[in-house]
Amino acid sequence: MMEEAGEKIDVASAPAPVLVRLPPHLVVLFPGAERLVPLHASSVAEMVDGLDALWPGMGERICDETPAIRRHINVFVAGRRAGLNTPLAPGADVFVITAISGG
Amino acid sequence: MARQVFVLVGTRKGAFVLESDAARRSWQLRGPFCETWPTNHVVADPLSGTLYAGGGNEWFGPAVWKSTDLGASWTHSSQGLAYEAGQAPVKSVWSLAVAADGSLYAGVEPAGLFRSTDGGESWSHIDGLQQHPSRPEWNPGGAGLILHSLVLDPADPNKIWVGISAAGVFASEDGGATWEARNRGTRADFMPEGQNYPEFGQCVHCLVMAPGGRGRLYQQNHCGMYRSDDGGRSWESIENGLPSSFGFPAAVHPRDPDGLYLIPLNGDIKGRFMPEGNAAVWRTGDAGASWQANRAGLPQGGAYFNVLRQAMATDTLEPAGVYFGSNAGGLYASADEGESWNCVAPHLPTITSVETLVLER
Repeated sequence: MMEEAGEKIDVASAPAPVLVRLPPHLVVLFPGAERLVPLHASSVAEMVDGLDALWPGMGERICDETPAIRRHINVFVAGRRAGLNTPLAPGADVFVITAISGG
Repeated sequence: MARQVFVLVGTRKGAFVLESDAARRSWQLRGPFCETWPTNHVVADPLSGTLYAGGGNEWFGPAVWKSTDLGASWTHSSQGLAYEAGQAPVKSVWSLAVAADGSLYAGVEPAGLFRSTDGGESWSHIDGLQQHPSRPEWNPGGAGLILHSLVLDPADPNKIWVGISAAGVFASEDGGATWEARNRGTRADFMPEGQNYPEFGQCVHCLVMAPGGRGRLYQQNHCGMYRSDDGGRSWESIENGLPSSFGFPAAVHPRDPDGLYLIPLNGDIKGRFMPEGNAAVWRTGDAGASWQANRAGLPQGGAYFNVLRQAMATDTLEPAGVYFGSNAGGLYASADEGESWNCVAPHLPTITSVETLVLER
C-alpha cells in the first residue's frame, strides 16, 4: 500500500497514477498544495477534477467556463500540448505550465 | 477608542493598504497582497471591516480576494463567477460594492454583474443585465467591455446603477431582474453628426452617487462631466469652468451632496495626462455650477501622469480626506477636503483603484 494524497491505493491492482507537475504561482494560491501530485486520472479533464477535489477552486484556476484550459496555461502530456479530452496513460507525466505573459 | 483610517489601493501588481490615525499626517504602507495579481478594485465592508479585492490574472482568471484581518491574510474564490458554458469567459473582476444588507456585488469583464450572499465565497450571475435588448450592440471601450462602476442605493437594496464602457449607464429598480438605459443628456462625440445623444453607447468613465438619498448622481464621461438629480433619467453637463471635458475618476464629498472632486486630463487625443503637466484636483461645492483647482502640494510642471477611473476616493472624517493614485504609482492624500496634498506613497505600481475605510478601534 502507498498513501497518495490522503487516499489508500492498492498498488498491486490499481493502475499507476499520473504524475502532475504544477507551477509555483498556482501552488501558492492553495495552502497545502504541492508541486508534484500523483493522481488517478484517465484524461486531462479527470486530472483537473482530481486537483479540484484535493484543493477546491484549483479547477477554476486551470480551466474557464468554455470549458477549456485557460488561454495562458499549457498542459503538456508526453511532450505535446493537450486539451481537456486528451487521454492519460497510467504513469503519464503531465506538466501544467504558465505561458510567458504580463508586464 | 481611536479612529483609524485605511486607504485601500488596487494596483496592477497586487493590493496595498495604507493606515493612519485621524490626523492623517503619517501613513504606514503594507503590501503587496493578493500574490501581486492585477487588482482592479479593493473595497471594505464598513460595518465588519472585511476587505475585498477584485481582479484577474492572465493565467488563472478572475477572483475576488477577501481579508478579515485588515490585509494580514487573504483567501480567494471565483466559485460561480462564470458565465454559462460556451460564452466568452469572465476575464477579470473590475468593480466591487458592499450592499447595506452585507451582500457583495462584482462587475466583471466582459460586462456582467454577479452577487454573493456569503461574503464572496460563492457567486451567482444577475443575468437580467445580459438580457437588456441593447446587449448585442455593446461595444468595448479602450479598456475592454468592462462593468467598472457599481452604485448601490444605501436605502433601497433593489436599486442598482452600473456604468459599462462603452455601453453607458444602466439602472435596475428590482434587484437586477430588469434594467433600463439612463444616458439622456450625455454626449457621444465619437458618433456621426446628428447621432451624438443615443439611448445607449455612451462612454461612461465613472459613476458615483451623492450622499443625502435624493437620487443625485454624478458621472465623468469620455465626453463631459454630468450631474443627474433624478437617478440618472436625465443628465446635465457640469463641465463649464473645467480645463477639459475629459477625465476618468469622480469622488463625492461624504456629507455634502453638492461637493464633487474631478481630475480633468488634457484631452482624449492629447496624451491623457495632467493639463500642461500641472497636477490639480478640481472641486465644486455647488453641484458643478463653479469649479476651483486645488494644486497645493501636487507636482507643478513635468506631471505627465493620469489617474484611472476608480483611483480617487474620500473618507468619512471631518474634515473629509481626499485621495487619488496615479498610473505612475504615486498616491496622494489630502486631510483638508482637497485644499492641500501630500504624496504619501510615491512609487507604487500603476494604481487602478483607491477606496477608504474608517474604523473605531
